[in-house]
Amino acid sequence: MRAALLGLMACSMLAPAAWGAEQDYSLIERGRYLATIGDCTACHTAPGGKLMAGGRAIETPFGNIVAPNITPDRETGIGAWSDDAFYASMHDGKTARGENLYPAMPYPYFTKTRRDDVMAIRAWLNTLEPVVNRVDANQLPFPFSIRAAMTGWNALFFQAGEWQDDTQKSAEWNRGGYLVEGLAHCGACHNAKNALGGDESGSRLQGFALQGWFAPAITSGNGVGLDKWTVDDIVEYLKTGTNRFATAAGPMAEAVSDSTQHISLADLRAMAVYLKDQKGPAAEKRQAMAASDPVMQAGEAIYVDKCAACHTMNGAGIARLFPTLSASPSVEARDPLSVLHVILNGTRAAHTPYAPTSPAMPAFGWELTDVQVAAVATYVRNAWGNAAAPVTAGDVSSVRKNLAARRE
Amino acid sequence: MARKLPATDVVIVGLGWTGSILAHELTEAGLNVVAIERGPWRDTSSDFPVTHAQDELRYHIRHDLFLRPAQETLTFRHNARQTALPMRTWGTFMPPNGVGGGGVHWNAETWRFLESDFVLRSHLTERYGEKFLPEDMTIQDWGITFADLEPHYDKFEYLCGTSGYAGNLGGQKRQGGNPYEGPRSREYPTPPQKQPFGPTLWAKAAVESGFQPFPQPSGNLSQAYTNPLGVTLGPCTYCGYCEWFGCGNYSKASPQVTILPVLLRKENFKAQTLCTVQRINTDSTGKRATGVTYIDSNGEEWEQPADLVLLCAFQLFNVHLLLLSGIGTPYDPNTGQGVIGRNFSYQVTSSVDGFFEDKNFNPFISSGAIGMCIDDFNGDNFDHGPHGFVGGGYIGAVQTNGRPILSTRGPAGTPSWGAEWKKAVAQHYLSTYTTVTHGSSYSYRDVFLDLDPTYTDIFGRKLLRMTFDFHENELKMSQYITDRLADITQKMGPKVMEKHPRKGPYDVNVYQTTHTCGGAVMGDDPKTSAVNRYLQSWDVPNLFVFGATAFPQNAGYNPTDTVGALAFWGADAIRNQYLKNPGPLVHA
Amino acid sequence: MGKRASTAATRRRTLLAGAAAAGFLGLFTRGNALELQGMPAWDPLSGPPPDIVKPGPWQFFTAEEAVAVEALVDRLIPPDPHWAGGKDAGCAVFIDRQLAGPYGRSEGLYMRPPFDDTATDRGPQSPFTPAQRYRRSLAGLDKHCEGAYAGKSFAQIPDAEKDKLIGALQSGAVALEDSSGRGFFELLLQNTKEGFFADPAYGGNRDMVGWRMIGFPGARYDYRDWIERHNETYPRPPVAISGAPQWTPRQG
Repeated sequence: MRAALLGLMACSMLAPAAWGAEQDYSLIERGRYLATIGDCTACHTAPGGKLMAGGRAIETPFGNIVAPNITPDRETGIGAWSDDAFYASMHDGKTARGENLYPAMPYPYFTKTRRDDVMAIRAWLNTLEPVVNRVDANQLPFPFSIRAAMTGWNALFFQAGEWQDDTQKSAEWNRGGYLVEGLAHCGACHNAKNALGGDESGSRLQGFALQGWFAPAITSGNGVGLDKWTVDDIVEYLKTGTNRFATAAGPMAEAVSDSTQHISLADLRAMAVYLKDQKGPAAEKRQAMAASDPVMQAGEAIYVDKCAACHTMNGAGIARLFPTLSASPSVEARDPLSVLHVILNGTRAAHTPYAPTSPAMPAFGWELTDVQVAAVATYVRNAWGNAAAPVTAGDVSSVRKNLAARRE
Repeated sequence: MARKLPATDVVIVGLGWTGSILAHELTEAGLNVVAIERGPWRDTSSDFPVTHAQDELRYHIRHDLFLRPAQETLTFRHNARQTALPMRTWGTFMPPNGVGGGGVHWNAETWRFLESDFVLRSHLTERYGEKFLPEDMTIQDWGITFADLEPHYDKFEYLCGTSGYAGNLGGQKRQGGNPYEGPRSREYPTPPQKQPFGPTLWAKAAVESGFQPFPQPSGNLSQAYTNPLGVTLGPCTYCGYCEWFGCGNYSKASPQVTILPVLLRKENFKAQTLCTVQRINTDSTGKRATGVTYIDSNGEEWEQPADLVLLCAFQLFNVHLLLLSGIGTPYDPNTGQGVIGRNFSYQVTSSVDGFFEDKNFNPFISSGAIGMCIDDFNGDNFDHGPHGFVGGGYIGAVQTNGRPILSTRGPAGTPSWGAEWKKAVAQHYLSTYTTVTHGSSYSYRDVFLDLDPTYTDIFGRKLLRMTFDFHENELKMSQYITDRLADITQKMGPKVMEKHPRKGPYDVNVYQTTHTCGGAVMGDDPKTSAVNRYLQSWDVPNLFVFGATAFPQNAGYNPTDTVGALAFWGADAIRNQYLKNPGPLVHA
Repeated sequence: MGKRASTAATRRRTLLAGAAAAGFLGLFTRGNALELQGMPAWDPLSGPPPDIVKPGPWQFFTAEEAVAVEALVDRLIPPDPHWAGGKDAGCAVFIDRQLAGPYGRSEGLYMRPPFDDTATDRGPQSPFTPAQRYRRSLAGLDKHCEGAYAGKSFAQIPDAEKDKLIGALQSGAVALEDSSGRGFFELLLQNTKEGFFADPAYGGNRDMVGWRMIGFPGARYDYRDWIERHNETYPRPPVAISGAPQWTPRQG
């Protein structure tokens, strides 16, 4: 695929006059790299479809939005858009006709991206094969089907504006912030959202449940989120999909496979430095549940009989293969959604060339009752030094229903 | 009429160990590779996960992961005077099926053959004289030496992460390893597995008897391991569900947990599953393979043209395809002429049961390749002069499982049902210990494979026919090494001991091993071998045949390490010799 | 690699052709021909997991047959003061469900003619499926008992007589009409032991009685903590695929 893209670029570079070729090449290459950080393809390329030709449905709390065709096709893509229009879509969340975009397009984050970078992305998009593919983006129910409704939303939750460097901080910190808050749009999953899908104020990067998964807090300090992770741990995770604390699964596995593994080590390091400096509030101090609690005892029995064969008796796991449960942000997260998701449905870990094993956890949902899933989830959240709220059979039942509905 | 697919550089028939290795090596060389697999895709967490991998009925008794005889089987007879009848269900062996092949459900015993095994006929003739060998024994040299194969054994073991302790490191003998093995270029990738009670007790008895026991080399890993491809395997948990089962926690070496995660993601590789290759196609000269024809699960026929055809199916079915495709001269037992189907061999196993009163062996705490062995009675490690037979096997305490449907029993005389049976199995389950021999099977003029005249498969093709029985040499060998095993086992202190040397005639109902060998063997002479020392067909130089199919006879070991090493050896020959100058690599 | 991973999902499972048509190979293998390029899409239950047998009416046996089979399995594995016999262990239920399923139909076996079932040294050659063999043999047993025990059925004769008759089937002294008594005995004994020791998921080995009787801890997958505890009794209770009593929190 990559070879094919380079081939396309080579072709497109033959067309314009030779004088700009070298400059074009580095601009286009920068655009390609930035588009990878932005993970444009995750939405704009349909499974099995042509690159950036649109058509992938994006879940929002209000219904599905289908990502548009952003190839240079003039009729159905964005070939006819002016550079200003393209910048407006990234910076202001507006279409070329001045209509509002839906914030499924992460313009509340992309707005931070500087114009020269946006133009580099445009330059790269211009090199793609123009694909005729008319996409009916809007499949929302009324009243969300009215784009104008987003004007109010924008007024409430959106503030346009490019990233401003903090001169008190290092260049590395600022580069990291520029990417984390902007193109990489980490907050799109990790920021808590309100009922209207806007970022909850004061809860940046503090974790949120979406698409059947809980994106854990990625703040640092106060024993929460990435507190125990070093900068190197974060870089390793984003580059390979796994480290001593966690293995990427679900939407994060896709993010690693599609995007973060391709980010340069320098940029990953900058992002890690920035993340390590984001303080979240202290977690509610919890006492681990007593091992003698009947739920803990049943949970331990299930764990020993079924889970220990991979995750080991002490929850430490096996590096690069079976994630640790004793030091994992997801296991102890305030919302047990991800834990319940993987117990019920299983999951396959991220694949990267650096960690190609991509092991998978089997589904236990057919084998364990809600009470048993609750017991084992409660156990792993309260064993080996972990302390988190117990899980009830009712929690399991609603996650089971949610996951079943998502499969249909 | 077959529809023609776009040509590819390489087509591989069968995606088990050898197919996966060849596909990986040749895609690395930049070739486009298509693998065609008769069975389904299989993966750890969906097909044999820890939720239900430990199901004796489904996987072992009902053969869930195996080829269905309705898909393909063979016919069997003891000798040419009998009429062969079809194997309607599996008994004596269980051919694999699906992506990963036998690598999914092997025990993972990872042995190298002895140096003398590769030059068997010349070695034995030199030591004992030509007349010492039975007149109808057709054993022969392999055309390669242990030294040729050593770097490739090493590659396969480092791919798998094999657990063991070298007994011969670069010519230096080491206490604690196998003193008879050929020199290794380096230590095993991981240390030996831990040993349960039975092997420990047996090893003590072996030391008391003056032997040097050593841990069996195991593809069930003693610790986590990341192989040269970057793929990580986990540590074995001694669950006792190896042979006939897929491993649920990534700790038994298989294509799934060593190669496929990398191979499947390569742009220049693809695999077709649930597609059965019908034949290898050749051009009008018959000297060049043009690809293969296969039928998919909808019954549609496709032709896959390719510059290079690699047969990587299970041993029996490589031979079947060669016969069906009319490649090479079929073997004729009456004249001894012809090579396809010649020198079929098997494995000669036996056991000694010890019934103890005061011991608890916890037989369920085990792995397919755990155990302590000695190699003093293998190959030509001992003087056969006084015994009147050749060959041998490793013997030892190999604790593979304690699965109850097949392992519950009492001493001889225990009724097979009723109150006495029930009492006996309750009493003996934990305190019975079985030790084993794993003996060689040499080849004979009247043991061979050909096409059956009567029975056909679902495609209307003639079934493969197997003509096989044990010969006196092998039965004598089994008696001798079983006695030596019993000498040691007796020192463990059983109240009752029962010896079960292998007896004839060959019983197809009773599982022995799935180590069928030969039928298109390698060698230096096109009159007595189907493929040259590089596994290349003498008749069709752009066709290579892998697997135990190439063994001229079987040694007293499990074959997989040698099968894997030969795959790397052949891949090396293709990459470094054939691709530079396509054509015969050896001129007869 | 580029963007391949995200879009591979559908490419991976491209059906070769005519997916709607039931493939004739599909009769005994799962699914359809697949082209694998990239890792196949995540499908945790493609295996698939076992169907856990539920109590309920007989699926293969008639009521009369079931009575006979329960009586037979209870003599092959008689109850004793410590451990249930074949009947209470669910061996008849196990056999019933097996016969109603693929095993009973000889699914996947090579069943093409000609059949030479006079040969005994080249593997089983019967043209009949296990389901057919049970049906014929149980009818034959019925007929035999009617004649030999004054109209009584197998279940109605005293245990000692039952044992005598089973022994006669085993030795070949009693032949059944339309079937080999010894062949039926061997099949029944094999299936009864399967039922007594297989995972309870299949309807036998109720309460893991077979496993508890011999000291087998069942569907466990990790003995790392006991591998070097030589000659010591393994301490944990048995586990079945579908669980164990210790998996449910005690009420309290």
